[in-house]
Amino acid sequence: MSVHPSPLLRVRGVSKRFGQLLAVQEASFDLWPGEVLAIVGESGSGKTTLLNALAARLQPDGGEVHFLGRDGQLQNVHTMSQAQQRLLARTDWGFVTQHAADGLRMDVSAGANVCERLMGLGQRHYGELRSQAQAWLRRVEIDPIRIDDAPRTFSGGMRQRLQIARNLVTQPRLVFMDEPTSGLDVSVQARLLDLLRQLTREMQLAVVIVTHDLAVARLLAHRMVVMQGGRVVETGLTDQVLDDPQHPYTQLLVSSVLQP
Amino acid sequence: MNAITSLVNATPVLAIERVAKRFTMHHQHGAVLQVFDRVDLQVDAGECVVLDGPSGMGKSTLLKLIYANYRASSGDIWVKQLDGQRVNLSTADPRALVALRRHTIGYVSQFLRVIPRVSTLDVVAEPLAEDAGGNLAAREDAREKAGQWLARLRIPERLWSLPPATFSGGEQQRVNIARSLIKPRPLLLLDEPTASLDAANTRTVIQLILEARSNGAAVLGIFHDPAVADAVATRRVPVAAFRAVSPDQLASPHQPTQGVLA
Repeated sequence: MSVHPSPLLRVRGVSKRFGQLLAVQEASFDLWPGEVLAIVGESGSGKTTLLNALAARLQPDGGEVHFLGRDGQLQNVHTMSQAQQRLLARTDWGFVTQHAADGLRMDVSAGANVCERLMGLGQRHYGELRSQAQAWLRRVEIDPIRIDDAPRTFSGGMRQRLQIARNLVTQPRLVFMDEPTSGLDVSVQARLLDLLRQLTREMQLAVVIVTHDLAVARLLAHRMVVMQGGRVVETGLTDQVLDDPQHPYTQLLVSSVLQP
Repeated sequence: MNAITSLVNATPVLAIERVAKRFTMHHQHGAVLQVFDRVDLQVDAGECVVLDGPSGMGKSTLLKLIYANYRASSGDIWVKQLDGQRVNLSTADPRALVALRRHTIGYVSQFLRVIPRVSTLDVVAEPLAEDAGGNLAAREDAREKAGQWLARLRIPERLWSLPPATFSGGEQQRVNIARSLIKPRPLLLLDEPTASLDAANTRTVIQLILEARSNGAAVLGIFHDPAVADAVATRRVPVAAFRAVSPDQLASPHQPTQGVLA
């Protein structure tokens, strides 16, 4: 087992306010390479705001987020230049949105969607790009025959799998996911979950996944953060939090679902 | 006595010290279920300690505390890793707990938690495949070993490529056993591993437990079948000893019910 002396992501006291509303209050945690962390809580609990702050899509009002660069240095993601942020966002990071239409270019071909990040990094060889795109489509269980079709013609589940391929093509080390399986019907969800589970293990991805679905957290995440009203009220191993919840809100959350 | 044995032997694989466990149910008017008042228990390498006691006394709860599935309300649970280092589950961070489960603590739960769409062979191979990482030969080796385990537990080969979701209770239990034992770990927790097995498979599981013991594993188990318990135990421990109340008080309405602790 390799030893990682430093976490991949170090989050300390992150807070975000929208006018009077304290959307996130003093969130702190470490994320290590290969770890999958779920942020759960009901709508309005601040989980997406926290995710956006972690991914530098949002400037927090307080606190710091550091990311371990490939050079082994921890970098503050909010004080680096915008150019650096953009580079991170299209190489070492991925961001999978709930609505695939927000994360894809709906009118360009599936192949071009997959290859955009590679082209952004300077890859120009058409044949190589195309074969990488085909390999990735296969990997996310999309028939490569669809490579020239626009995602507009894809089903919801296919779009979501395409979005995942588009994000993973640069072998990122950290992927943010915002409700990636919501809005898909159950059988499509199971397939996507299994695919995510496989890919995170094979690629040793660190993932921060926001979900309101405890079953999703159970299947994918090693650890869980429970949020209520902008606060982190409980953290721990996923099965610990689900099977032996300590905080009143977590107990309510767990007892409200039929089978987490 | 304890001090002397720990001087003579190496440190025990498992040492539970002053562990209390209560469940506070915030939405049941803050009801408190006190399951254990004080657990002190050591299990050495090569031992098989069988927990005795009627349902609802917290036998499964104790195993879940040692697997860090439940959190102790107070006290320490020390587990010795392969490198000789001891980790206290009560203070370890989640990352250390994940590593402990991967390398040190094996746990056969009562039910297999099924992962959709993954074949039985891969479900069983997973603990070894995880260690193999990107090494394809080691991954193939893991699948081959998984096949040997499934064969030994009499799961017909035609089922290996199917996900175990649709299997019978006894088949799922055997898949669960294979998955939990395929990677030898220093501490083995067994929660009724033979509950739904026929005689032949029960004999196989007894044999597997004895093999684990003689390979130096420390085993802690619950067995509904006294014959199985007799066959594997080196020592019996009644869980009632870990509670302040006497067993005849158990019928009172303030005591936990079987359903709560199951």
